[in-house]
Amino acid sequence: MTPLSRRTLLRGALGAAAGLGLAGCSAPVVSGLSTGHEKPDSLDYWNLFGGGDGVRMNQMLDGFRAANPRIDLSAVTLAWGNPYYTKLSLATLGDKPPDVAISHLTRMKTLVASDLLEEIQLADLARYGITPDKLDNTAWQAGLVDGKAYAIPLDTHPFVMFYNTDICQKAGLLDAGGQLLPLDSPEKFTDAMQKAKAVTKAYGGVVSVNGDTSTPWRMFQSWYSQLGGEVLADDGKKVVIDDAKATQVLTFMQSLTKSGLFPADIDYAGSIATFTNGQAGFYFQGEWEISTMQTAKMPFSMTLFPNLYGGSKYAVQADSHTLIIPKQPNVDAARLDRSLRLIKSMLDQSKTWAEGGHVPAWLPFRDSAEYKALTPQSNYAAAAEGAVYDPPGWYSGSGSNFEIVTGSAIATVLGDQQAPATALQQMRDQLTHLSTTASPI
Amino acid sequence: MSTTETPVRPRASAATEPQSRRERQGLPAAGFLAPFLILYLAFIIGPALYGFVMSFFDTSLVRPGLGSFAGFGNYAEALQSSDFWSSLWHTIWFTILTAIPLIVLSFVLALLADRVKHGRWFFRLAFFTPYILPSAVVALIWIFIYTPGLGLLETGLGKIGITSPNWLGDPNWAMPSLGITTIWWTVGFNFVLYLAGLQEIPRDLYEASSMDGAGPWQQIRSITIPMLARTTTLVAVLQVIASLKVFDQMYIMTSGGPNFATRSILELVYDEGFTNFRTGYAAALSMLFFIVVLAVSAVWFMLVRRQEKEV
Repeated sequence: MTPLSRRTLLRGALGAAAGLGLAGCSAPVVSGLSTGHEKPDSLDYWNLFGGGDGVRMNQMLDGFRAANPRIDLSAVTLAWGNPYYTKLSLATLGDKPPDVAISHLTRMKTLVASDLLEEIQLADLARYGITPDKLDNTAWQAGLVDGKAYAIPLDTHPFVMFYNTDICQKAGLLDAGGQLLPLDSPEKFTDAMQKAKAVTKAYGGVVSVNGDTSTPWRMFQSWYSQLGGEVLADDGKKVVIDDAKATQVLTFMQSLTKSGLFPADIDYAGSIATFTNGQAGFYFQGEWEISTMQTAKMPFSMTLFPNLYGGSKYAVQADSHTLIIPKQPNVDAARLDRSLRLIKSMLDQSKTWAEGGHVPAWLPFRDSAEYKALTPQSNYAAAAEGAVYDPPGWYSGSGSNFEIVTGSAIATVLGDQQAPATALQQMRDQLTHLSTTASPI
Repeated sequence: MSTTETPVRPRASAATEPQSRRERQGLPAAGFLAPFLILYLAFIIGPALYGFVMSFFDTSLVRPGLGSFAGFGNYAEALQSSDFWSSLWHTIWFTILTAIPLIVLSFVLALLADRVKHGRWFFRLAFFTPYILPSAVVALIWIFIYTPGLGLLETGLGKIGITSPNWLGDPNWAMPSLGITTIWWTVGFNFVLYLAGLQEIPRDLYEASSMDGAGPWQQIRSITIPMLARTTTLVAVLQVIASLKVFDQMYIMTSGGPNFATRSILELVYDEGFTNFRTGYAAALSMLFFIVVLAVSAVWFMLVRRQEKEV
């Protein structure tokens, strides 16, 4: 008996269902069940952008539509993290992939290993004027698998520090030029939070803790990497947490909430509200929340996430959004051309994207005077060089199980539900379980 | 065993009929059953058997075929995994938290709605309406209610001087919070079953008992509750199974957090199978959960059998 592959099974099952459906169902149901594409000029694009990112992405898509009226672009936005990659994988396995999709750089390698992505030929890219030397080198290199390109980086998105300029002014934390004084040691950092707290009468800073595992992980990883700490090695097969360094960072993070400088039980939305309401002078999150602060019309600025431990070697947790082409059920040159046209259009509109906070990967724009004039966005452009991507592993990457496992444990430290040592043990146990599990890919 | 009892009789009479007629009946019967049976075999039995086979292999979602043979490796891993035991406990804890209030509360609400003289339709509608909402809508409503700092519940309780816990953010409170949401959402279904059961009870029983001097409380205890025994069994079985199946609320409202405190067994199966691509391991987890549900169902089945003998 020849082994039945899952793809064949899915295709067969979908075919059978479509056959049943053809009899009585309306067209959308049938088209939803059949494989491949029907309309000649269609282009399906999936992304994971909500909030301000979603608004800007829609502007860019409208820009593409205006320039390419003949292409019937349909964009789908899905909830980010595991749900997005699960759906993307299943759609591709079921031969119903989007033509172009967004993927985090740290998730893209797992997709490549699962044979779910099309290799992007440099010659095809060159036809649209995209060459590796025009893209951020760190992101481009990090996106290569065995020297082959599968992803075009759109940006680097580091964890950054937002600060309320009014509060910092009153707290005496700004220099004569209105710039934030450097917070380059745990003592200076704590001191600044205390001064800000004295002004707000509520909190010094705020970071999302509850119902959000990625944010606690990003904060921890930034400081832990500054100490030179690593979490995984050997493509995720080994857990190499440095207990002393991790405990040092966790203890410091707990001291912030325990002393009341940071709220200990606040979720993502609550942390934004606390900062925009002026109940905290500092806010720590990815730079994408810039749109929220602008909408709130509050006095704020942004800068690099504080370098407390790194000295001359800066490090900050980051990832990159990349554009990928999922494995297509059949080869179609015209479709590939439409896909590349969209990718180029996204890069060309890097200005719109950069306004949303992201550090653009498209160097023709990043090296321009226009970008340098864009503040506060260009304040933290250096973060792209110190970017620390989540360690490779089949269960790792942005919004992955790895971040859920580590972030959950770190959140219990921030919430003062567990001591750093206990949380670290929990993190180690759960990561060891994942690392010793044979990769399903 | 008393095989001479009534249930066998109709079949005995069928057996005396000519062989040919039974065969002629067989074909149309199969024809009528076919639409259901084919779908049932294709989408329930077939995948379940495939899952059973898969549970003995290191099957990956993204690799063709079953993968390498694992024997009982997946089962051994599951039984040694603290994730499995904790999520199984979360599912059971959720069942305890929801099943009992959902049975008791729906009974009380049905009793009250049945006694209301005016505007009975309003109460029926009010208690049943949440049930028709999709889980995502219910989740969004309750996420808003539970939001710390700004939420309806915290603001409301704060006005009467009660400090509310962090409903979804505190690992100890997250599960009860999901329980409250679920009770609000699904109490309507049990409520309707009880309401139907209440209307089945002959009114003359109440009239006769009140002539004998029974008060309302005594009537409830000695007439209503015993007469509703079968409804209660039905409600309890359906409720326990529905609670064991919990997934949506947790997936949407807490994603299994905080710190995995609300990850149900089905969410673990989903995480392992679709997110981690480990379909073989996920199949083994499902089989273990199937055994638990089978055991629960067997207990209820025996209770029902005993009850039917008594009636």
